[in-house]
Amino acid sequence: MSGIGTGYDLYPTTFSPDGRIFQVEYAHKAVENSSTAIGLCCKDGVVFGIEKIILSKMLVEGTNRRVFSVGEHIGIATAGLTADGRRIVQNARQEAKNYENFTSDIIPIHVLTERLSIYVQVFTLYNYIRPFGCSLMIGSYDEEKGPSLYCIEPDSVALGFYGCAIGKGKQEAKTEISKLKLSEMTCKDAVKEIAKILMKTVHDETKEKEMELEMSWICKETKGKHKLVPKKLIEEAVEWVKGQENEED
Amino acid sequence: MFNFEKEFLSDLNKEVKTGTTVMAVTFKGGVIIAADSRTSSGSYAVNRVTDKLTPVHDQIYCLRSGSAADTQIISSYVSYYTNMFSIEEGSKPTVKKAAHMFREFLYQNKQYLHAAIICAGWDPIEGGSVYSLPLGGSIVKQPFATGGSGSTYLYGYCDMNFKENMTEEEAEKFVTYGITEAIARDGGSGGIVRKAIIDKNGVRRKTVYGNKLKKFWEK
Repeated sequence: MSGIGTGYDLYPTTFSPDGRIFQVEYAHKAVENSSTAIGLCCKDGVVFGIEKIILSKMLVEGTNRRVFSVGEHIGIATAGLTADGRRIVQNARQEAKNYENFTSDIIPIHVLTERLSIYVQVFTLYNYIRPFGCSLMIGSYDEEKGPSLYCIEPDSVALGFYGCAIGKGKQEAKTEISKLKLSEMTCKDAVKEIAKILMKTVHDETKEKEMELEMSWICKETKGKHKLVPKKLIEEAVEWVKGQENEED
Repeated sequence: MFNFEKEFLSDLNKEVKTGTTVMAVTFKGGVIIAADSRTSSGSYAVNRVTDKLTPVHDQIYCLRSGSAADTQIISSYVSYYTNMFSIEEGSKPTVKKAAHMFREFLYQNKQYLHAAIICAGWDPIEGGSVYSLPLGGSIVKQPFATGGSGSTYLYGYCDMNFKENMTEEEAEKFVTYGITEAIARDGGSGGIVRKAIIDKNGVRRKTVYGNKLKKFWEK
């Protein structure tokens, strides 16, 4: 089969003549096949929202989680191969715990992000292990420093964001996010806005099956701990989105 | 049969211990740490002007007692890690962090070590703090701590004279007299009194030489 990278795309150990590593780029493609995840930094916290496609009516809701806690104060949302995401989260939990045992302090988010970044990068160096096919959003909230949100991609680049989206609908989502005034928004408002972006902008009801919303936050209200957004709030947000739609009609 | 080596050189084969007196005291605005200056190998004073006040980071010091080799290597490990972490995190370590790192080393290797450490310093979160890490590898935060063989002679003195939130002058007098007394009474302690005052401005080191040490009751 011939394609763009034919000949230079078998292993991550081969550069192409124009300086690209195709295996890492193919890993990005794996992330783009997955459903969208959004992370927003609000004035009092960080909120994650994930569009989960319901594959079968037999699936229990809330199963197949894509958002995880590391320590109590950090949340990680994944897009791409969920199993790869879980592997990185496991490593993150180990790092956080070791740091805590050694220094008696909780791990700062920028330290954890850098360490995960280094970990992910290792897998782009050898021909016998493949790069991770997932992107992660890492979020935390601190009374003094405020909210922090980082995104690590399969090529291990880690950038800090005010608002970020990963997965299939990330372009449309990013456009919508850039319209929001994040520094004035509370987390409760962000829950509604994320629901709107995921349900209306990103999710195509005609083409795809039904979706489920998985949302979590780290905010002043949860006292800096990473928790799932209460079901009631998500339901209210969904109602609000549906109400908005009726208004537009 | 007279054995030269056995009689004279045996001391040099004994393990070098810092039979010692060290004190660390919090006062209003910082901590003051003090130590004697004798390192002994049996009854031979290997170094009579030792500096037992070991820097771990800019405003964190440790006082070492027990085996000199053990305490030196551990304090250089902790110094290494605090420096690495502060670069990674972009901020100076707290005394609590450094003290807990000491604890990790002392506890995990307790079978092999004979080391007791007092970790003291200043950080913007807690102000001055003193952590005592005795032989077994436990960690205790205290307003003041004493250590070493000479500290046994100071329990009464400290209990009677320590006050919370002393001024710098009062605290300085407290530690100087304490070390002086221990040097007078403890065979394992001697030499000069070395002091360091750690507060938000940094570290100031002072020394009180033997002839200037106050003479308490003695014939």
